[in-house]
Amino acid sequence: MGVAVIGASMTKFGQRDAWIQELLSQAGEECLDDAGVTPDDVEHLYVSNMASGEFQGQTGVMNALAHDLGVLPAYSERVDQTSSSGGAGIYEAWQSVASGASDMTLLVGGEKMTHKTTGQATDIIASITHPTEYKHGVTLPSFAGMTARHYLERFDAPRESLARVAVKNHRNGVDNPNAQFQKEIDVETALESPIIADPLRLYDFCPITDGSAAMLFTTEERAAEIADEYAVVSGIGGATDTHVVHERDDPTVMGGVVESSEEAYEMAGLGPDDLDVAELHDMFTILEFLQLEGIGVADQGTAWELAMDGETAKDGSLPVNTSGGLKSKGHPLGASGVAQGVEIYEQLVGEAGPRQVEADVGLACNVGGFGNCVITTVMEAAE
Amino acid sequence: MTLAAGSCPNGHVSYPTHPRCPECGEPQDETVDLSDRTAEVVTWTTSTATPPGVREPNTLAIVEFDVSDLDAEDEFVRALGQVTTDDVESGDAVEPVYVEELRDPDVGLKRETQASQDWDGYRWDPV
Ligand SMILES: [Zn+2]
Repeated sequence: MGVAVIGASMTKFGQRDAWIQELLSQAGEECLDDAGVTPDDVEHLYVSNMASGEFQGQTGVMNALAHDLGVLPAYSERVDQTSSSGGAGIYEAWQSVASGASDMTLLVGGEKMTHKTTGQATDIIASITHPTEYKHGVTLPSFAGMTARHYLERFDAPRESLARVAVKNHRNGVDNPNAQFQKEIDVETALESPIIADPLRLYDFCPITDGSAAMLFTTEERAAEIADEYAVVSGIGGATDTHVVHERDDPTVMGGVVESSEEAYEMAGLGPDDLDVAELHDMFTILEFLQLEGIGVADQGTAWELAMDGETAKDGSLPVNTSGGLKSKGHPLGASGVAQGVEIYEQLVGEAGPRQVEADVGLACNVGGFGNCVITTVMEAAE
Repeated sequence: MTLAAGSCPNGHVSYPTHPRCPECGEPQDETVDLSDRTAEVVTWTTSTATPPGVREPNTLAIVEFDVSDLDAEDEFVRALGQVTTDDVESGDAVEPVYVEELRDPDVGLKRETQASQDWDGYRWDPV
């Protein structure tokens, strides 16, 4: 059964006073309003969230949201796949409609993080690592530092190419009123910012963020009846790579990106050349290169050239992260994959405002851990 | 204390050990102690934003041990660990040195569950 997206929303990302329950219900309500669907139509509710227990001491957020939104007695479930919880939520929502189990599925992703210190938040995220890694104090940013050094040394890529990713995504974020940062930066600022995980600096990393995003899914048949405009999930794939990052054959290949995108392309009957716009998981600038290579847009070791040549800018051959990406939009863990879907939806139905590009086919790649779990979604504008 | 890698009947070697070989799914039935071998630095970073209980800065490296003498299928096995110094380059030779406590388990997320894992281990010391 064809699966359509008929509504989308996101809250302002950034440092928010609202706690998790309020953030989730804000995005959920706005999404139902956006689609003109009433709560009693919702049959399944998925909540993408990595760690509300660890961050806030509140568990069972799907039940809390179901009650607050008035969608009872809808089936509800919390989806945790660390940083790719949002993408995994899209997968669950797609499955629920494609299988016929639900005619109307609401997906809401969210995280509340900024009340913790950077050290505490880093520790919660680092707890996804193997105990033999965790005891060495490894963090996700330090994986990024080691991978970036290896990439730059092996492929003779200029350090500036990473800075260009940050500059581009900050530029795009200026046009996103919900982004955490709406501020342009230049290459020099990025290259001179404080070192976080050598050779990576502050501007190579996404911030810590509060926020929520939502999407509403139904069958294509019903979408054609009730929605003015909608998008279709034409392909989706999910894959898992090693838990221990150094056990991968090649440190510059994200196997989960390769496998999940192949699956999504095959289902959609499309390939990398068909893409008009993409949202990639730029939690760290280096990840944009690894994903461009993993989804087949660039050959291994060459994605940095696209950044240098402006090919991934809004006016380039394949605009990447028109939303501002995680880099400037922010990264509330469970919300990020959903917010990627929101951006692709808005691009496909022509609601992206100043960020609008011409797009009939869009891809979102949501990466959990350091490539540990990956979901790739291909969406198309409805005929 | 050993730096134990696991190996399976098909000669695949991994660090750390797993109940089943990640490569072929057979049970890992033997271990190889890497602690008296030297390794080569594949890549490294110096992290300046470290979590509670972790030294700052924290220089980490992924290193590669040559295990071709074992007559196994895999000729190399990689491991991740702290480096004894901040002065390291890719390609450097290092040897493991034992450290009783790599980070302070009394602070941070696992302070109440610190018995769930051990906290000693090996740092890489440039030869
Ligand atoms: Zn094996």
